Amino acid sequence: MQFRHLLVARATAVVVASIAGAALAGEIRVACYSDGNECEVTQELAKRFEAQNSDVKVVIDKVPYKAIMETLPVQLAAGEGPDIARVTDLGGLSRYYLDITPYVKDPKAWEANFGQTLKWLRSSPNDKGIYGMMTQLTVTGPFVNKTLFEQAKVPMPGPKATWDEWAVATRQVAKATQVPYAMAFDRSGHRFMGAAISQGAKVFDAKGGLVIDDGYKAMAKKFYDWNRDGTMPKEVWGGVGGSTYRDAFEEFANARVVLYLSGSWQVARMEKQIGKNFDWVVVPNPCGAGGCTGMPGGAAFVALKRTKNPKDVGRFLDFMAGDAVYAEYMAKTNNIPASAAVAKKGVEYNVAPAAKAALGAFVAQVGTVSPVAYELQGYQYNRALFNPTAQRLGQAVAGEMSLDDALKRIASDVDEQVKAATK
Amino acid sequence: MRVLQRLLGVPRIGWAFVAPNLAVLGLFTFLPIAINFHYALTGGAQLYPTERPFVGGENFAILFECTNHFDPSTCRKDLFWRAVYNTGSFAMLQVALMVLFSLITALVLNRKILGRGFFRGVFFYPVLLSPVVVALIWKWILQREGVLNALVQSAGGTGIEWLNVSGWAFSWTVFVSIWAHMGFYTLILLAGLQAIPADLYEAAQMDHASPWRRFSRITLPLLMPSLLVVIVLALIRAVQVFDEVFVLTGGGPGSATLFVVQFIYQTAFAESIRLYGIAAAASLVLAFTLLVLTLVQLRVTRRSVDGGRDA
Repeated sequence: MQFRHLLVARATAVVVASIAGAALAGEIRVACYSDGNECEVTQELAKRFEAQNSDVKVVIDKVPYKAIMETLPVQLAAGEGPDIARVTDLGGLSRYYLDITPYVKDPKAWEANFGQTLKWLRSSPNDKGIYGMMTQLTVTGPFVNKTLFEQAKVPMPGPKATWDEWAVATRQVAKATQVPYAMAFDRSGHRFMGAAISQGAKVFDAKGGLVIDDGYKAMAKKFYDWNRDGTMPKEVWGGVGGSTYRDAFEEFANARVVLYLSGSWQVARMEKQIGKNFDWVVVPNPCGAGGCTGMPGGAAFVALKRTKNPKDVGRFLDFMAGDAVYAEYMAKTNNIPASAAVAKKGVEYNVAPAAKAALGAFVAQVGTVSPVAYELQGYQYNRALFNPTAQRLGQAVAGEMSLDDALKRIASDVDEQVKAATK
Repeated sequence: MRVLQRLLGVPRIGWAFVAPNLAVLGLFTFLPIAINFHYALTGGAQLYPTERPFVGGENFAILFECTNHFDPSTCRKDLFWRAVYNTGSFAMLQVALMVLFSLITALVLNRKILGRGFFRGVFFYPVLLSPVVVALIWKWILQREGVLNALVQSAGGTGIEWLNVSGWAFSWTVFVSIWAHMGFYTLILLAGLQAIPADLYEAAQMDHASPWRRFSRITLPLLMPSLLVVIVLALIRAVQVFDEVFVLTGGGPGSATLFVVQFIYQTAFAESIRLYGIAAAASLVLAFTLLVLTLVQLRVTRRSVDGGRDA
């Protein structure tokens, strides 16, 4: 009886959803969140696409990032949602993606240009589909307040400096310039994992499952100690609950911290908000036993299975992925290209020298990213590691549990979430 | 009507009138409850009920698996138990203080003071605000570079991380919640105070009864029915606390202000891999608690009505 009710409810939900959420024939809806001006530039390019394809209308729905992270997955699971979305949980949503291979002009060109990141959108290594394109390739890395280093007359550590050397140097600078904190990391498991892999975290065990190994623990210990001894501001990781994302941008922009670990997507914001207040630079990721790596990542426009207009969706993404349009998109949004052809040719960014240098520094780091970091980024359940990292280390930083207990909890949370996802 | 009567017969015509209401109630109340039970008894991270494997009482067992229930860190779902204890502490502290302040305010506003109408409006005004607005206002006041720290610093003091230190953050969630809802309960108590016959006070005054005696022998006993309703209503509301605290502290620092409803929300909707079964089981535990509190409220209300009749 209950089962029959559920079936009726499901049928009703599908009918209601198809009435309420479906795009009209020839209309495609794009759920877009912005790090800077991505949605505005997409809108501009969509107009050009419409001019060339008068039978298709592209509607850009600008939504907050939280909606992409929390609302979109529920919509998709219920068979609703847009035709295309700009997402960052690349592998986690892969079961909802539409393979646009039949609708693109030259699948081989897609493979040649986006081959490295296409696999991030695929559900398994055997999957060869084309599901979308990266609208930005990001790399995590440290921003440093150069002015503070100059004022403190402390030499900036070199390109192969370790995290410990950076901690010592930034503490000296903070002390000399009376800045409250030496370093800060965004409250994000993704940011932490770059540093952890640099410390030697292998992330995966022999069977391909996630593992909390010695490298991870070594970085967790350093991070915990830095928060306890005042090297880092406790409120960034300890001040909020759950796995809530919190950046430390304001700390850096207000010169309250010397080194800030974030990523390439912050460059436009740095340029806009810091301006000429002080000089800032991007430095190579600090090193450890496992190398000197950041985490790759980014956002992708993905085609979604629930669309009623798959052909138009394919055509629009094909248009956006074209070399000229993609290069223009990168130049106007100040993002690092994921397309090999565009990257090879180079992007002419129209930004201030500091931002240009920062983008150059990040582009240079793309090649030094550890294979483990690439593998983790492409792993379907990577957030089963990222989220407990933020939550449990946050609790440890807040003084609610010991680091050992936090590490045990991270391991059990990861295990529980992966099991639930694969049930 | 006649056609209906002919079709259904006179004894069953009532069903035709209540059918629309029953349909709405069934669709928006009973069906979600049934679905919630289904989720609580199934596992996995799938959203569609038909795709979820049956696990029986496993989700409840996971929630209640503890070596020592008084120490959340020994529980498998430590965050659930932290949320339970936080909610318990919050409810006890907030309800006690809320009732106390509401009573004092109602007593003051019941007197013939200057600007009584204005003050009644002032105390009731926060009730009209959206919980999100309330939380944002207080966030601006309490954040590190907020109004309160500016005042503290201008007085020569050192700014305090009001929302980043566990004790302070918890205390402020209690305070903000009282500030936001006190007006509503004050209004109920004020109505109760105004229903007390004035001649009782006149008689007591003629007998030279002290103000405290008048309060303890006349006001308090006759206000008790209203007071009990206020206590139970406030308790139910306190157990359901979510929106204000979620915006104000996000459950932090750590899990110092994580309450049960936020735990349910986080588990079901804020994580990338959503454990709907655990969240549904936790929501049923919460529903059971609220059911008990509601039954208490009904009993208290009935007793107060009957008491009034007897008197």
